[in-house]
Amino acid sequence: MQRIGVFVCWCGSNIAGTVDVAAVSDALKSEPGVVFSTNYQYMCSQAGQEMIKEAVKEHKLTGIVVCSCSPRMHEQTFRKTAAAAGINPYMVEIANIREQCSWVHKDMKEGTEKAIVLGRTAIAKVHLNAPLVPGESPVTKRALVIGGGIAGIQTALDIADAGFEVDIVETKPTIGGKMAQLDKTFPTLDCAACILTPKMVDVAQHEKIKIYSYSEVVDVKGFVGNFDVTIKKKARYVKEDVCTGCGLCTEKCPQKKVPNDFNLGMDNKRAIYIPFAQAVPKIATIDADYCTMLKTGKCGVCSKVCTAKAIDYTQKDEFVSEKYGAIVAATGFNPISMEKFDEYAYSQSKDVITSLEFERLMNAAGPTAGKLLRPSDGVHPHKIVFVQCVGSRCAACAEKGKEYCSKICCMYTAKHAMLTRDKYPDTDVTVFYIDVRTPGKQFDEFYRRAVEEYGVHYIKGMVGKVSPEGNKLIVQGSDLIANKQLKIEADLVVLAAAIEPDRSARPLATMLTASMDTNDFFTEAHPKLRPVESPTAGIFLSGACQGPKDIPETVSQAGAAAAKVIGLLSKDKLTGNPCVAHSDEMMCNGCSSCEKVCPYGAITYSDKEFRGPNRTTLIRRVASVNEAICQGCGCCTVACPSGAMDLKGFASKQIMAEVDAICK
Amino acid sequence: MQKVTRETLIEKAIALIAEEKVNRVLGWKAGEFSYDVTPAVFNDAESLKKDFVFTDFCGANFSKYLVKETKKDGKVLVFLKPCDTYSFNQLLTEHRFDREKVYVVGIPCDGMIDENAIKAKVGDGIISVTADGDKIKVETLYDGVKTLDKAEVLSERCANCKSKKHVAYDELIGEDGEVADSNRFDQVEMLEKMTPDERFAFWQEQLSRCIRCNACRNVCPACTCEKCVFDNPNSGVENKAAADSFEEKMFHIIRAFHVAGRCTDCGECSRVCPQHIPLHLLNRKFIKDINTFYGDYQAGEEVGSRAPLVNYTKEDIEPVDAVKKGDE
Repeated sequence: MQRIGVFVCWCGSNIAGTVDVAAVSDALKSEPGVVFSTNYQYMCSQAGQEMIKEAVKEHKLTGIVVCSCSPRMHEQTFRKTAAAAGINPYMVEIANIREQCSWVHKDMKEGTEKAIVLGRTAIAKVHLNAPLVPGESPVTKRALVIGGGIAGIQTALDIADAGFEVDIVETKPTIGGKMAQLDKTFPTLDCAACILTPKMVDVAQHEKIKIYSYSEVVDVKGFVGNFDVTIKKKARYVKEDVCTGCGLCTEKCPQKKVPNDFNLGMDNKRAIYIPFAQAVPKIATIDADYCTMLKTGKCGVCSKVCTAKAIDYTQKDEFVSEKYGAIVAATGFNPISMEKFDEYAYSQSKDVITSLEFERLMNAAGPTAGKLLRPSDGVHPHKIVFVQCVGSRCAACAEKGKEYCSKICCMYTAKHAMLTRDKYPDTDVTVFYIDVRTPGKQFDEFYRRAVEEYGVHYIKGMVGKVSPEGNKLIVQGSDLIANKQLKIEADLVVLAAAIEPDRSARPLATMLTASMDTNDFFTEAHPKLRPVESPTAGIFLSGACQGPKDIPETVSQAGAAAAKVIGLLSKDKLTGNPCVAHSDEMMCNGCSSCEKVCPYGAITYSDKEFRGPNRTTLIRRVASVNEAICQGCGCCTVACPSGAMDLKGFASKQIMAEVDAICK
Repeated sequence: MQKVTRETLIEKAIALIAEEKVNRVLGWKAGEFSYDVTPAVFNDAESLKKDFVFTDFCGANFSKYLVKETKKDGKVLVFLKPCDTYSFNQLLTEHRFDREKVYVVGIPCDGMIDENAIKAKVGDGIISVTADGDKIKVETLYDGVKTLDKAEVLSERCANCKSKKHVAYDELIGEDGEVADSNRFDQVEMLEKMTPDERFAFWQEQLSRCIRCNACRNVCPACTCEKCVFDNPNSGVENKAAADSFEEKMFHIIRAFHVAGRCTDCGECSRVCPQHIPLHLLNRKFIKDINTFYGDYQAGEEVGSRAPLVNYTKEDIEPVDAVKKGDE
């Protein structure tokens, strides 16, 4: 029989406000095995913990039940208290009477009743608890960063500068991400390439960083400190180590009609290409969908002109396996498709463009070499209308668009408007907005400059319809402040499309067992206190894959994620979780069900000798669990048909006892 | 289809023993009545000639016997009907016996007879039953000889045969059939159409007849645990007789959950139930749901196949959608 002490916390008025804590500690006093029961204002305080330690000594306690907040909050605290008092930390159970009771009840009577049941449940479990000792596992001192945009680049550089090896996996042929496509950056208007490309070069030249470009993560196994990752290096039909990036092939390739995705399809590239001049790695890639040689076997021009002999039409996808201690997701964002927003005539007129397309039009390395020309006829536009919140801040019930604010649009639209007025003072610029949101250092000043110094017309109201008429675009919108309908004849309309997480994020989250919200943004372990960690140990979040972010915010989060990774990699050993699965060999059938469902590959089978009846020896196939790999998820315990698999600390029997205590 | 006779099988068995390919044979022998056939192990030609029988009552699925038989020395010959081979593969998938210690002779099957169906037609006092093509002649103590259509006395699982194709064998007698276009889920649909109260009443009535003889569990090829939870005092559900109506149902529901995704729908549970409880309906409901939620899956069709319940694919139904479907 255990000797159990019950400690009921008031949590100030958080619990005591809706739960009669004295009644709870009194009621639990009479539960079997309970030798001491008390309540106190703040159990987690120094005095509260001392009270527990004293009680352990005085009443020779073997088990502790703390009725307090969620175990996610203070289970560790009370386990440490128990250890300090000389009992095994796993003899502590938390009854969550705050989040699951006082906070959700308004009635004192109901709340108290439920708190007693929850306490009784924890007591029932402690009766079946056994002391557990955690194991240790080593840490692979190498990090993987998935995504090579500014977030991935910054995280990788920071980790590498701390002396750890980092690999970057980027699906595109070059790192750089969205920032490489931008023209100028707010609020200081420095050129994106000027501040990004030196970082890209730093990555390329850093001895601790390896770039897997044009590659994807296809499989992740293992756990914190010990991930096994398979990376698919897609065939680029160019030998990476031979190509010098001279670009001759990209000039000679006869296939000239390949939409240039780097310029968002606004011009064409060749079937063999280098995305942009400062690409890292600067290696050509063949687009297999367009290459005449790969499709028909007749051409081979690039191979003929390549003096380095780097072209290899027979190249196949290659799979690389690597071990990592930590993984950072930095998969970034994309503007949403304008398909569902045809009221803005995006599909009907070439002169209705998205903001990212506008960036390319303004960019000196873009399709118009930086001259602001209409995509339809190459004429300079004299009247431009910007429409904000296209797909952002939509009603939850709306079938199109996103509920959230995309956060970056107000600022980049102000930037676009300002740059246009600066370069082309003859151009009239109007911005339609719902609200202008400029919380950030120097952000509001920036917006006001656009209005006050550059004479940009800001109109509060939304655009209802854009209709192409001749070579003009008729923009119908409402001015909510003047309370009138407007009809503007524009030459160019720019849509501030909402941003969404990259499509690769969802399957990646599945591989990483990292959780996501309904919008497919990765969720953080705690929205306020652990913003760069995923709830899955060893997985960290960097940049817009966690939520819409501008560049300054992305870079600071990238650095924070790097700091967390460095903290993890600088440890030599990780203390494991002793709540792991184990198999009762006498019951095991050897059916392999557990092995198949184990997400971590922690279970193996072997033939073992057993004593049979009449002094015979039986050989049976039985499961065994590698405790260093097991994460205690419990999949195996439910898959096991014979009940041989069980979880230490969460045994089926303990859970049944809890259910019984609730139903009593 | 070539009709397999007792003689063909004995001849094959004797030949395989003579060639030393096997040292014993798993077959059937007559019980007290002609329709009462029992599985038996034969060690030589003599006993085969003397006791081996093969009639339309040889429904027993031998797959499960292999779990124990393969622990012995030498190789065992087993005759498997098409539906039995699914259980055979399922057991192999679960590593329950050593394939090398079995020699499988696949035998065609055009349906086995349910003696209870005959009794229902002719009453008690059956002296002999002889098959004659599509007809069977039943000689009874009180009414003389009666002729019945075989189709009307087929056991339920054979009337709704799911496959005449062997999915495992070393050697085949006769020609192999095809996977049948079965309407075995009709009865499940009938149950699904009931209101929850009607369905509860239906199962209450059926399961209240259970005497906990454990025949269903003992015969079930999916129930091969080293130690069954119902025999394990540590399991918390161990019991013999049901104490109340809850426990009556608990045994069968737990068993249905334990074999979910692994049950090949061989129908042995219902065949052996002395209380004639249609236990296969519980399992078939699971099979139907699995098919609906995860796409058609037949346990035992392929060795090593991953049952949907112990597998994860990105196409898997989201739990919320499964709940919605369940509410429909």
